[in-house]
Amino acid sequence: MRIALFVTCLADTMFPQAATATVRLLERLGHDVVFPTEQTCCGQMHVNTGYPREAVPLVRRHVRVFDPYDVIVAPSGSCVGSVRHQHAMVARRAGDVRLASRAESVAGRTYELSELLVDVLGVTDVGAYYPHRVTYHPTCHSLRMLRVGDRPRQLLRAVRGLDLVELPAAEQCCGFGGTFAVKNPETSTAMLADKMRHVLATGADVCAAGDVSCLMHIGGGLSRLRTGVRTVHLAEILASTEQSGTPSARSAVRS
Amino acid sequence: MTRRTFLGMPATAPPVTAPAGVGHLRGDESFPDAARRSLADPQLRRNLRHATTTIRAKSAGVIDEQADWEQLRAAGAAIKADTLHRLPDLLEQLEEKVTGAGGVVHWAADAIEANRIVTDLVRAAGADRVIKVKSMATQEIGLNEALEAAGITPVETDLAELIVQLGDDRPSHILVPAIHRNRAEIREIFLREMPGVDPALADDPTALAAAARRFLRETFLSTPVAVSGANFAVAETGTLAVVESEGNGRMCLTVPDTLITVMGVEKVVPTWRDLEVFLQLLPRASTGERMNPYTSMWTGVTPGDGPQAFHLVLLDNGRSAVLADEVGRQALRCIRCSACLNVCPVYERAGGHAYGSVYPGPIGAVLSPQLTGIEDNASLPYASTLCGACYDACPVKINIPELLVHLRAEAVESRPRPTAESIAMAAAAYTMDRPRLYAAGQRAARLSRLAGRRGRGLPPPLNGWTASRDLPEPPAQTFREWWAGR
Amino acid sequence: MVGRAVTSRDLVLGRLRAALATGGPAPAPVSRDYVQADTVDVDQLAQRLTDYRAHVHRATEAAVADTIADLLPAGATVVVPPGLPPAWLPSTVTALTDDGLDHGRIGAADAVVTAAAVAIAQTGTIVLDGSPDQGRRVLSLLPDRHVCVLRAEQVVATVPEALARLTPHRPLTWISGPSATSDIELIRVEGVHGPRHLHVVLLP
Repeated sequence: MRIALFVTCLADTMFPQAATATVRLLERLGHDVVFPTEQTCCGQMHVNTGYPREAVPLVRRHVRVFDPYDVIVAPSGSCVGSVRHQHAMVARRAGDVRLASRAESVAGRTYELSELLVDVLGVTDVGAYYPHRVTYHPTCHSLRMLRVGDRPRQLLRAVRGLDLVELPAAEQCCGFGGTFAVKNPETSTAMLADKMRHVLATGADVCAAGDVSCLMHIGGGLSRLRTGVRTVHLAEILASTEQSGTPSARSAVRS
Repeated sequence: MTRRTFLGMPATAPPVTAPAGVGHLRGDESFPDAARRSLADPQLRRNLRHATTTIRAKSAGVIDEQADWEQLRAAGAAIKADTLHRLPDLLEQLEEKVTGAGGVVHWAADAIEANRIVTDLVRAAGADRVIKVKSMATQEIGLNEALEAAGITPVETDLAELIVQLGDDRPSHILVPAIHRNRAEIREIFLREMPGVDPALADDPTALAAAARRFLRETFLSTPVAVSGANFAVAETGTLAVVESEGNGRMCLTVPDTLITVMGVEKVVPTWRDLEVFLQLLPRASTGERMNPYTSMWTGVTPGDGPQAFHLVLLDNGRSAVLADEVGRQALRCIRCSACLNVCPVYERAGGHAYGSVYPGPIGAVLSPQLTGIEDNASLPYASTLCGACYDACPVKINIPELLVHLRAEAVESRPRPTAESIAMAAAAYTMDRPRLYAAGQRAARLSRLAGRRGRGLPPPLNGWTASRDLPEPPAQTFREWWAGR
Repeated sequence: MVGRAVTSRDLVLGRLRAALATGGPAPAPVSRDYVQADTVDVDQLAQRLTDYRAHVHRATEAAVADTIADLLPAGATVVVPPGLPPAWLPSTVTALTDDGLDHGRIGAADAVVTAAAVAIAQTGTIVLDGSPDQGRRVLSLLPDRHVCVLRAEQVVATVPEALARLTPHRPLTWISGPSATSDIELIRVEGVHGPRHLHVVLLP
């Protein structure tokens, strides 16, 4: 299957390992990954901060760039959530009904990684090997905007060598929230402290999630505390095999 | 567009929000400033965590056993949406039915007018004291302050409201206004402020509730006027409903000669049958019970039973402005259950006072700025990570995250001149719409980060991030560079 | 509108109509595909009442007076609505039939005995509607102990069934257990302003 990669600006710029892992994983499963280079950013930051008007050209660009593809994947629940639940709204708010309908069409073909694997490609065992104790944080937008449900954990449970430990109070937000972390830093930090306490209580050496934004937040806190717990994107775990070796000791966030 | 007019007022007249200087819809400081103080109080955070954790578990238990919960939520949302769509007609029908059953209906455009109507009614009844059932609407309009200014003593009879009133405090939760206080603190307040209290009062909840019973009993029997809110008003029959637990509501609705009910216009429901939905949704979402201990329903005046004079005050106070916003109006579906507060991770840490308004938590963050106009509560739509837990918990399916984002755009548009943020956002959008500039920007960011600040220490306002978290090092290669080099 | 001052009523209704004048999508029709009716389970009613610290007693019609005699000390004063079946009252208590009793006398009584209009098994709720065997609302409010006698045919399974049986114009009191509060640390404690003890006598 030909699959277009919607890399997301944050993964492209700061966490390319999540995106390269997505490419390696899908190619290993026999698919043809294409990367439309005219893509930039989906505009979520603008919309969520109160700048839907400024997001209009970004939505228009996104729709134009991805419209030719039947299947689009992003290693991010949050950015897929924006495409699915915000793009048409932004277009309608700007009075562009035609863009809204094209945005809805693109949204219908856009999948978060675990959705693509389980629902579209029909695989839960992707042949990965990852000999680590892992806890999984279900990011809010994956959980409640996309309803990916148990899919990521199904995928992780099928990984050889992986010891999956349940995260207490997993469904609670880590406190990132995009500009929330900047506008309300004290509340954000209080939420992060609880999330880290729960991660550390699992005794896991890796905290996994499907969004690099939340991983950046949790990883930034764990790094500051020198806990030794690494944050790793779901795609990186699923891309690992006996042959490839596991992602090096480099964490998503280094101090 | 056709310009329709009503009573000479053009349909395009700007919506009228709740007036400033009266009532409790506006805080003295922004949410982040107020939250900072709450977060520094470890006792408050322990109390909040304990209370919200307890009620979340209780509520989840009784919702799990209601197999048709999702159907009830959908019906509740649909009934409320239909109600809002024909609100004026339903209010006229309600007025006719209440009047026909011996009640008197008053209309209040805002808090000032509602307070004046109630004060005049109390005076006309010859009373210098009223007993009050817990009511969000009367807190919203600052009725107690207005009555006190007129020499009338309002006595809050709900246990939590009594704790707040005796402690000269502010409510911090819609359902449990003293949620920020634990039993030891409540005992201290009672010992200090409750006349005739036993000095050996224990701090277990049963003993504290018994103390309130003794304290209020004589007041219930000797006060001729009561003031209540309403959970529901049925347009079809003129029936009012108050949902409660302690029996203080029954006391106020039954014992006095005169009853004055102040109700936001959005509390009307079309038919008697509609109550079957809300009486199932509200207790399970709110206190986590299959049914609350007491619900009272009355229609006008019943000869020989209960108050023989009944006044219903229908309150706008900015609600028409909320209704005018097609996206925003869904906030008027709210049945004040407070489930969104109990599941909100921001509320759990910051507490109710940080929201400034009588409506705290996620629903407050979308309701208060609409009632007052965005300028007066501009920080509230940002008091959320958009995690979506509130939307899942809402029994009438108010899409609070969608509303928050909608109101953030209004907050930005209401600013008279560009800000550092708006300039940065415009610049980012400009860059991101030009892939070559964007790629150049990625390289520049890497260089500046590698050149200087490793890991920590960003300039304001971004230092909020690096105060407690490290920022990642930029990678040696962006994804698009890696892709290009394959 | 010349010649008439604009009243607050006109103002509020005008603002609301103006708010809706821009139209917007018509709301979706209300779907009532939730559970309307179910099989009545009297044991469920008993269990759910007990859950909320009400005391449930089973008796035959002939044994109501004996059951109530066991609940109330000899010589107790009992408020009685005018239409209560006289056979329900034990001879051991002093009946205070409501003929316009003042609040002081009602509040000073040891107990009140009433019938009910409807009960809901799934929620553990009894509903009083002010019929002569239930009396004025204040009767079941001020005494510290409420004994409510319920016939099995008055029990329905669901909230929708209860509303269908009730008459909106009567003053209604829905009671689910004794007076309670969760205002202190969200811990439910029984007994604030309403009766602190609720006994339900279930007849076949």
